Amino acid sequence: MNLPSETRTGLPAAGPGSAARTRSRAGRRRRRAGDRWFRWALLLPALVVLLVLTVWPVANLVRMAVSTIEFGREGAEFTFTPLRNLSRLAGDELFLTNLWTTALFVVVSVAIEMALGFLLALMVAGVPRAKGLVRTMMILPVLVPPVAIGSMWKLMYNYDFGILNQALGLIGLGPIGWLSEPSLALWSVVLVDVWHWTPFVFLILFAGVEGLPREVIEAARVDGATTAQIVRKIIVPLMAPAIAVAFIFRSILAFKVFDQIYLLTSGGPGTSTEVVSLRLYHVFFGQNELGYGALLSLVIIAAIVAFLVTTRGLVGRFAR
Amino acid sequence: MIPLRGRELWIGYAFLAAGVLSIVLPFLWIVMTSFKYEIAILQGRFTFAPTLFNYQDVLFGRRSNFIVNIGNSLFVAAFSTIAVLIVGSLAAYSLSRLSWSRWIARGFLGWTMLFNTIPTLTVVGPWYLMSQEVGLYDTLTALILTHIAINLPMTVWLMMTFFGDIPMELEEAARVDGAGRWEAFVKVVLPLAIPGLIAAGIIAFVFSWNEFTVALNLTSRGTATVPVGIANFAQQYEVQNGQMAAASVLSTIPAMILMIFGQRFVVQGLTMGAVK
Repeated sequence: MNLPSETRTGLPAAGPGSAARTRSRAGRRRRRAGDRWFRWALLLPALVVLLVLTVWPVANLVRMAVSTIEFGREGAEFTFTPLRNLSRLAGDELFLTNLWTTALFVVVSVAIEMALGFLLALMVAGVPRAKGLVRTMMILPVLVPPVAIGSMWKLMYNYDFGILNQALGLIGLGPIGWLSEPSLALWSVVLVDVWHWTPFVFLILFAGVEGLPREVIEAARVDGATTAQIVRKIIVPLMAPAIAVAFIFRSILAFKVFDQIYLLTSGGPGTSTEVVSLRLYHVFFGQNELGYGALLSLVIIAAIVAFLVTTRGLVGRFAR
Repeated sequence: MIPLRGRELWIGYAFLAAGVLSIVLPFLWIVMTSFKYEIAILQGRFTFAPTLFNYQDVLFGRRSNFIVNIGNSLFVAAFSTIAVLIVGSLAAYSLSRLSWSRWIARGFLGWTMLFNTIPTLTVVGPWYLMSQEVGLYDTLTALILTHIAINLPMTVWLMMTFFGDIPMELEEAARVDGAGRWEAFVKVVLPLAIPGLIAAGIIAFVFSWNEFTVALNLTSRGTATVPVGIANFAQQYEVQNGQMAAASVLSTIPAMILMIFGQRFVVQGLTMGAVK
């Protein structure tokens, strides 16, 4: 993050070419005012977008959370009922389940993706050929619409004709209800996520590995370090920033997961794959409880703020 | 970076082959499925007479609206990408070069960070109400606006990194030669940031093309985008597997094109900041 230093402030007036215009103090002041106007003008469109489309909606959540919202002929009608939503939240054990499911999903899939991505990055960097091919292939899952990936795996997981059950059938094992078995569905969804995002982790870490100083590793080799030692003592510490970035990016995206799960299971069977985003979707648009959905949203946002604040020091130490 | 030798090298190649195959095989499977009649899909046949029926039905069938979906997606992705590039690079330049107090810069970046972290569905509810209040519900305009909001944080961060790499001296030289602030930005800095604009533009376009959460809830039949169209094939009373596969394959075309022609920019856009 390139926060400009204060020393740059006086810069515009210093150019000799503009000396004639800025010789007088008044002229210089006018010039500075022009600069201030200029920087505000450039930032203004983004500020307007953020205020209208992000700050205002989040603020609106507060108004929605204390209301019951019904749709009449005049559009949305707000009734002030703060206790109704709050008492519902107090008895909402499903929400706890949703949070647990989400935590499980995030922790397991991100852990597998980081491990596999790191291993793959090291391996690919170590072989003399085919690096370009692997990198090209790995771009594909990252760019393809998550919905397409969802439908792809929906076909592969199909109980009757999916390729996974067909392959199992060939070696004499019975068909498995990948998405219909409550105890298995979440792990099937995790597998799709691992397939989808390990390439992304790979791309980030591979760029990191390629940027490592070759001499250091060769020197360690000459001094008789084993591969494991080199990885643990040299590569991991040097790549800590890249690892941290990949980890943070993945954790955020995994926490927000919606598209594939919507397509694969819609949160089912039962609520076994209902992560928080799907719950929000069901409350907002399935049950049309906009007020209660807003309250759940605020709880989630508050949790994220708390999380970001407590881990900021940690992130700052590794990522910057 | 550790060159593998001997047995290690074989393990390395095995790993690499497993990685590539596990990425490619599912794609091949869905492409194959998209060329099968529904009956062949349901029977799980491996040998089959390929047919273009699914593609014809998806694109020109009476029950399908996929051509409209594609048009909507292209329109929304193109406009939101152009808009977010303009808004985002102006803001990034302002933030990275024009001596803001720490407070403003931190506040701006902190808020975009938070907004990027919260699940999209937390704001889709308010967006839904807002769009109804101002009469934008079920319009492509609403979708374009929300996609700008979603892509803005990433665009600003990326462009700040790119602007940060451009030497200050170039701008100073232009200013010394009599160029105004705006002129120095447009004629000196912006041309040098074109690779950054391409990378950010590709990422924004792909995000918008792929975006499902907002489109699902703010559109109906006439304004639905490609991902919503695909989900419809999967969610209808009777799942149309062949059509779903064909629509999914069609939806990956932009990704394929970018993979082949824009690889450098994609990798740069995705890994920027991680390596720095």
